[in-house]
Amino acid sequence: MTLLQSENPPIRELTSTDSRGPWPRVRYRGSLRQKAEPYLLVAPTVLLILGLMVIPIGIVIGYSLMDNVVTNRSPQFVGLAHYIEILGQLTFWSAALNTLIFTLGSVVAHMVIGLLFALMLNSKTMARVPRAIFRAIYILPWIFTAAVVAVVWRLLLDPSGVINYVLTTTGVLAEAIPWLATPATALVTVTVINIWSGYPFFMISLLAGLQGISTDLYEAAKIDGAGVFRQFSSVTLPALRPILYSMALLDVLWTTQQFTLIWATTGGGPQGLTEMLSTLTYKLAFNTYQFSMASTSAVLVLVASLTVAVVYVRRHRKEVV
Amino acid sequence: MPRLSTDTGRLQGNRWRQSAARIGLYIALVFGAIFAVFPVLWMLSSSFKSNGKIFDFPPKFIDSSFSLDSYISVLSNPVNLGYFANSYLVALSVTAITLAVALFTGYAFSRHEFRFKRVIHVVIIGVQAVPPITLLIPFFGIMVAFQLYNTYQGLIITHVVFTLPYAVIMMTAYFDTLPRELDEAATVDGASSQSVLWRILVPISAPGMVSVGLYTFMISWNEYLFALTLTQTDDRRTVPIGIQLLMGQNNYLWNEVMATSILGSIPVLILFLIFQRYFIGGLASGAVKS
Repeated sequence: MTLLQSENPPIRELTSTDSRGPWPRVRYRGSLRQKAEPYLLVAPTVLLILGLMVIPIGIVIGYSLMDNVVTNRSPQFVGLAHYIEILGQLTFWSAALNTLIFTLGSVVAHMVIGLLFALMLNSKTMARVPRAIFRAIYILPWIFTAAVVAVVWRLLLDPSGVINYVLTTTGVLAEAIPWLATPATALVTVTVINIWSGYPFFMISLLAGLQGISTDLYEAAKIDGAGVFRQFSSVTLPALRPILYSMALLDVLWTTQQFTLIWATTGGGPQGLTEMLSTLTYKLAFNTYQFSMASTSAVLVLVASLTVAVVYVRRHRKEVV
Repeated sequence: MPRLSTDTGRLQGNRWRQSAARIGLYIALVFGAIFAVFPVLWMLSSSFKSNGKIFDFPPKFIDSSFSLDSYISVLSNPVNLGYFANSYLVALSVTAITLAVALFTGYAFSRHEFRFKRVIHVVIIGVQAVPPITLLIPFFGIMVAFQLYNTYQGLIITHVVFTLPYAVIMMTAYFDTLPRELDEAATVDGASSQSVLWRILVPISAPGMVSVGLYTFMISWNEYLFALTLTQTDDRRTVPIGIQLLMGQNNYLWNEVMATSILGSIPVLILFLIFQRYFIGGLASGAVKS
């Protein structure tokens, strides 16, 4: 936030525009045109969001209440039957639990690693150049899209890959493990991959937040005899709390919706142990063509996401006011 | 920016402790850097190996098979080139459309009063929370119904729907940081609302527009779920799907997959290197303020 503002061009740049001469006189326009203008300006956005967000949400809710949809032309209204059915299925609850574990693990680790790296990069003892170099390195994972992240980690984690090589030659492991295909390790492994690819976003925002904290606060804390840890808990953490809170909620939203990383690493396996609500929904629709059940699952994911979003917006409003 | 604290080296003991802290910091930084960079270096190194040497024992960063063969092979395959062309076409179109639409809407939100403004604004913030997977099934139906399945237009409009809300919010926030006195002065001089936008706000909004444009391009370039579901034939597939298709073949050509991954990441990397300030600034502002 502070960064963006600091990048505003200084006002004086405007004088160069000014020097082109007086503004062209424009004929007085009718008040109808003036009144209509804002509506015309927002019309494309409103139409797009209405047509391709609001209406499709209506459609998917409709699908979830009917049988024989999408592929069949004789839909029948069945009420909440699909909801009752899916909420009674073990596969759904297991996907929900996996999503929860994956999300909580990712978000907590993103926060801890992001904060740790941001504090390290913000350290006073580091000169400008190494700071810039380390910052660039630390941001690097963020450049790569989930599809690329997935194949890179599949290469690293292959039974004959480099990670297993290091772990077996150093004696940590007796023999190589196919991390993504072993039931005991699959979910943890995809979570670690997601942690790697997602922490820079936290780090960048927290770094911006850290740089916004006035050094006077630290000076004052020092004069009061606060040590490093006390400074952290009494100055740094309270100042970062709003950012941490917002980021955590956004991250919960994004992580619960993660599809690509799972799809491109394990596809939900082994034995459904990394199945998320997103991959389950996709499979219901496009692998088994149960579009009604898939829609039901999609609506439940929507409800969960909106719940988080409402908390986010409420919190956000409070801060703005 | 934090400055060096004034009491540096006040005491000998302090100085000793500080250099110990500095060494500790650098050790931690190096460990962190390995975690961050090793997968990327390994991807790069593997892309230069021959496929038979990928899992050589013991693994080496650079081995005797070092060559550009995998890149040449990827870039001489018309199907692969098609993925790249499709990705550029889709991402650039999405960026242009999103920027244009967000510019107008952001202007309206920042500088005009109108009915339903608040409602529309809340809806735009709210729809960002809609999970893509929720829209996937109706989109599939809509695209088939309007004969947009497996077309560029279908994919472009889909991406615009997902990039637009954030773009509008960022653009509005950016315009809000520009002083209103500028356009009020011009209005007094008789400038119309459109010339205020084009002659005053747009020329000084480059940083905001760059942030929005970069963000949009990146989302579209990286998008996977809809590109997977709404396209069917190789001549409409984008890079992220192409990488997975390469992986789907029975004999993994790891070196070519890594080369394609590198080539597919280069546009975002270059944009990021050139416009780092805007990226981070926009990101931070969007995340915290939205």
